[in-house]
Amino acid sequence: MSAFEKVLASRAKDRPTGLAYIIAIFDDFIELHGDRRFAEDTAIAGGIARLNDMPVTVIAMDKGNTTKEKIYRNFGSPNPEGYRKALRLMKQAEKFRRPVICFVDTSGAFCGIGAEERGQGLAIAENLMEMMTLKVPVISIFIGEGGSGGALALAVADEVWMLENAMYSVISPEGCASILWKDPKKVKEAAESLKLTAQDLKKLGVIEEIIAEPKKGFESVYKLLESKLTDALSRSLKIPAEELICKRYERFRKFGVFKEI
Amino acid sequence: MLKKGLFKQPKNELEKGGRMPKKPVSEQGTELTSQCPACNLKTPVTMLLDNFNVCNCGYHFQFNARQRIDFIADEGSFCEMFDNLESVDIISFPGYEGKLKNAKLASKEREAVVCGTAEIGKNKCALFVMESGFMMGSMGSVVGEKVTRMFEYATENNLPVVGYTVSGGARMQEGIISLMQMAKTSGAVKRHSDAGGFYLAVLTHPTTGGVTASFASEGDIILAEPQALIGFAGPRVIEQTIRKKLPPEFQTAEFLLDKGFIDNIAPRKDQKQLISKLLSMHKRSW
Ligand SMILES: [Zn+2]
Repeated sequence: MSAFEKVLASRAKDRPTGLAYIIAIFDDFIELHGDRRFAEDTAIAGGIARLNDMPVTVIAMDKGNTTKEKIYRNFGSPNPEGYRKALRLMKQAEKFRRPVICFVDTSGAFCGIGAEERGQGLAIAENLMEMMTLKVPVISIFIGEGGSGGALALAVADEVWMLENAMYSVISPEGCASILWKDPKKVKEAAESLKLTAQDLKKLGVIEEIIAEPKKGFESVYKLLESKLTDALSRSLKIPAEELICKRYERFRKFGVFKEI
Repeated sequence: MLKKGLFKQPKNELEKGGRMPKKPVSEQGTELTSQCPACNLKTPVTMLLDNFNVCNCGYHFQFNARQRIDFIADEGSFCEMFDNLESVDIISFPGYEGKLKNAKLASKEREAVVCGTAEIGKNKCALFVMESGFMMGSMGSVVGEKVTRMFEYATENNLPVVGYTVSGGARMQEGIISLMQMAKTSGAVKRHSDAGGFYLAVLTHPTTGGVTASFASEGDIILAEPQALIGFAGPRVIEQTIRKKLPPEFQTAEFLLDKGFIDNIAPRKDQKQLISKLLSMHKRSW
């Protein structure tokens, strides 16, 4: 598949949404709503669940599948309240020593008057800062679209995994083609140039794992994720919090290529 | 959600050469004057510079990084650091090398941020000042690395950080690596903060995108220059998403003050005194 075909696959209508993963992988999911500041944001769902008996905090962006669901979920584009709810649940997880698992799938943080008025930039920035020193293990899994800062706000994690046909980019190929090259027709070249596929990102060291996708049905993906998450989290729960945070810092500290002259 | 045609227009005011003209200078006889876009008055450039590049009506013309350092740091106190870092074309992005070359020529800087130590009213601090003349102050590896190093240095040396931001956001030409700089810089700010360090951010026109969604919003105290455009999404993108014209005050410093997102507006003429006071009130005895 070309990079642009992968972009289309990552946005495919019948792709499982975040909540589908939660329901398939975890037991006893109890959803917890609201940011306790302003509102409930249905673009992000979160709560407590069990992963093979281990209590965990799960947070998922959800785009919805049907038109009705999509509208209800704001097409998976969070407002500041979504990020604040996610942070509230992460802080709660920290208090009760639960690992955090985030499912990322968004074309980007919502772009609108209300989002700006209520501090979209600040909401993302606070998540980046606070996730960096969260004292419990965090794993983020990209299941579809990873749209820029709006995706990163749930992905300052110890490990980042990606579905084979998911994407993660600083800007959409459409945005890149139009803004940078003033030619909306160049989306394919943009998708190629941005290095946004799971394979490219693995090479760049931005993700740890690629999760293979079967031709049909996601049952095997859920099963695989369940066992991989159980393994990874039981390992990282043994790591002292200080060390965990240090490793997370180093994970992001190393990104950047430049020359020193 | 991305709508078709959403990105047909420039992303922010800076890109189209917007609210504050880049080169306000026009030649009139032998005396150089700048025409104020707010009151239309023409003022000799030398007079403007004596007034921090601010028109009599209060309009703030753009300042470059070196001009800012000259006016905010005590004379001769600025000691530049990390100026040997230079960007490379990480992902072989079409046209990036040429853009870097032009940016260097246009701005006379090696990258879009200048860092170092300085004294402001005799208060020693770490100082970083972004440069809009270098690819709209966009953040790639070098900007991220320099800002991160600045905070790490400040943490090690118990220094407060004063940071002036101006940015069009993450630098697309470095792909995902530019996005990672948001997390990297935020981590360094967090460490500095957890160690008890004081960070004062001064947001200038325009501060948008990935910089707004990282270190620009992470100050213990956040000030902004009058009328500066500050936001996450650029106004044009929002206008095209909602298909409505935005009110003129939307995303200005005054608007953000009203919504409760910045501590105060700091006109240029007051900045040095205000920052000196704030730094001296955050002096640590250890
Ligand atoms: Zn004027």
